[in-house]
Amino acid sequence: MSIRVFVPRDTTALALGADAIANRLAREAAARGESITLVRNGSRGLAWLEPLVEVETPTGRFAYGPVALADIPALLDSGMLQGSVTHSLALGPTEEIDYLARQQRLTFARIGITDPLSIEDYRAHSGFRGLEAALQSAPPDIVEEVKASGLRGRGGAAFPTGIKWQTVLDTPADQKYIVCNADEGDSGTFADRLVMECDPYLLIEGMTIAGLAVGATQGYIYLRSEYPLAKEILDEAIAHAEQAGYLGENLCGSGRVFHLEVRLGAGAYICGEETSLLESLEGKRGLVRFKPPLPAIEGLFGLPTVVNNVLSLAAVPFILAEGAEAYATHGMGRSRGTLALQLAGNVKRGGLVELAFGTTLRTLMEEFGGGTLSDKPLRAVQVGGPLGAYLPESQWDLPLDYEAFAAESAVLGHGGVVMFDESVDMAEQARFSMEFCKVESCGKCTPCRIGSTRGVEVIDRIRADQNREANLALLHDLCETMVDGSLCAMGGMTPFPVQSALNHFPDDFQRAANGDRS
Amino acid sequence: MNESREWSSQSIQAEINALRHKPGALLPILHALQDRFGFIPPDAVPLIAESLQLTSAEVHGVISFYHHFRTAPPGRHVVQICRAEACQAVGARQLEAHAKARLGIDYHQTTSDRDITLEAVYCLGNCACGPSVRVDNGVRGRVTPEAFDALLDELQTRPLEVIA
Repeated sequence: MSIRVFVPRDTTALALGADAIANRLAREAAARGESITLVRNGSRGLAWLEPLVEVETPTGRFAYGPVALADIPALLDSGMLQGSVTHSLALGPTEEIDYLARQQRLTFARIGITDPLSIEDYRAHSGFRGLEAALQSAPPDIVEEVKASGLRGRGGAAFPTGIKWQTVLDTPADQKYIVCNADEGDSGTFADRLVMECDPYLLIEGMTIAGLAVGATQGYIYLRSEYPLAKEILDEAIAHAEQAGYLGENLCGSGRVFHLEVRLGAGAYICGEETSLLESLEGKRGLVRFKPPLPAIEGLFGLPTVVNNVLSLAAVPFILAEGAEAYATHGMGRSRGTLALQLAGNVKRGGLVELAFGTTLRTLMEEFGGGTLSDKPLRAVQVGGPLGAYLPESQWDLPLDYEAFAAESAVLGHGGVVMFDESVDMAEQARFSMEFCKVESCGKCTPCRIGSTRGVEVIDRIRADQNREANLALLHDLCETMVDGSLCAMGGMTPFPVQSALNHFPDDFQRAANGDRS
Repeated sequence: MNESREWSSQSIQAEINALRHKPGALLPILHALQDRFGFIPPDAVPLIAESLQLTSAEVHGVISFYHHFRTAPPGRHVVQICRAEACQAVGARQLEAHAKARLGIDYHQTTSDRDITLEAVYCLGNCACGPSVRVDNGVRGRVTPEAFDALLDELQTRPLEVIA
């Protein structure tokens, strides 16, 4: 009987050599006369343990990691293929790894367990039950279910998903669209990528349900060009789903229609803003549109369009399969359900942590993250991507909740948590925020286009000690202008990290910029 | 990346014709051209404009808006270094300084032997295991300056065949 051995194939595992590990394992096992079947699964999201090799035993799956090529002979000698736990890389039963066992995985219940492209695996692990429920429901009932779940947009703006869907449902048109925003440009975030690379049918199912709910027959996944592997996996998954009747002209024999296509972005951060994304999908420069009209009423090609983030759409199959109540019981206040947090940057145990809203940032960074990778004291943490505030220690006891963060001028955004140790120069980080805005601004409105350029210049003068106090006052003023006067969140939120650096780390703006990073 | 990068009006038009029927066809066409030729050949602009009933200025405007599209041929390998915050927190600034010094070029430049084009990128989605570098279509994680040097050796000691 052949032993099943799992070696992940997501971007992070591959970036750390998973292909070479898989080849070597196959060769070494063959040389020893062991019969193994290699499965290229998705990642469990425990990035610091990648490449994480798992072996299936009669008592469940056992994990080993992070595995280097040189470890393989000793691992096999130790009895890894029988689930032995004697080697120093042995982690025991995968499901009992503390980091994983303490999570509440609803959206990510399946990742890392299955072969991402196997429809049989997907079905065997509760896949398509949400779609089957949706096919038995009237469109308004699907929308009601999503509303009752309390699901809010996971892209960052946290707008109630069900209300957006209701607007599209209520707007009559011959053609409507479902657009998935997969332009995951925030540094420190990779949850969308994990869904697409490790559980692509989940996104396909969520988008199909959205189509049934609002009467849209065409969907587009707008995927960033920095994710070539996700493109390859999604294209293949869509082809399989079409063959199996889960996409196309006759969904599961119901006579209902939904088509899906992946479109690649082209390296513009601004195209994560929904109206810029729609312009790009139409084949234009990604210039932000004025709102109103809302995309739900006049969206892609001027027609009613649902634009949702990957994680919002990926939460929907669970809600339809298990009921709104099962989702809404998780969370706190108006933040219902779970949030996919991503621990990144200078962190010992980086990876994906799906938790109900309400856990504190400190718990996340210490108990899951294990502190900094460098073992130096943690100094600042940026939550919510390049437009999110840097939080000092006094704010680490904030609960992870949209309203609690907003009250502190911070954002949860897409759930990225980027940790920095004491070597960070916050004036340099503030400069980068302005520089990034300068590179990525679409150029339509002046506060963003010119403000970011001037912001870089002003911070350079402060760091060069030219008229420092006057330039600090100017920087505060410039930040206010950008917040109040920009057309979208790019210019409107770029000041958040800058202001937080100014307010919480003022000393860093009082010393000269130099190369001393010790 | 070892396919022929020779382009002609006919081969450009063939790529356009395969995609022009799609709604919002311009980005898919530009991707197809760059995937095939390594860049958007200048002769493509009027052909695309004619086929999609746009002006050349509109097509040029789209090409220049997006960082991904390039209008000059790249080196044999494109190396992109992540400059974003998560990688900064684990040494990306030191890595980029090292890479520029080692290659003797800045971002958006190509080494004189045409082996390597260096580009900046803002996030490759490998944020828990940075610093991250993309080489052509593959991502590498935890790239220290030493690992970067080893990567360059690997790229330069196994040159791909160039079809003249």
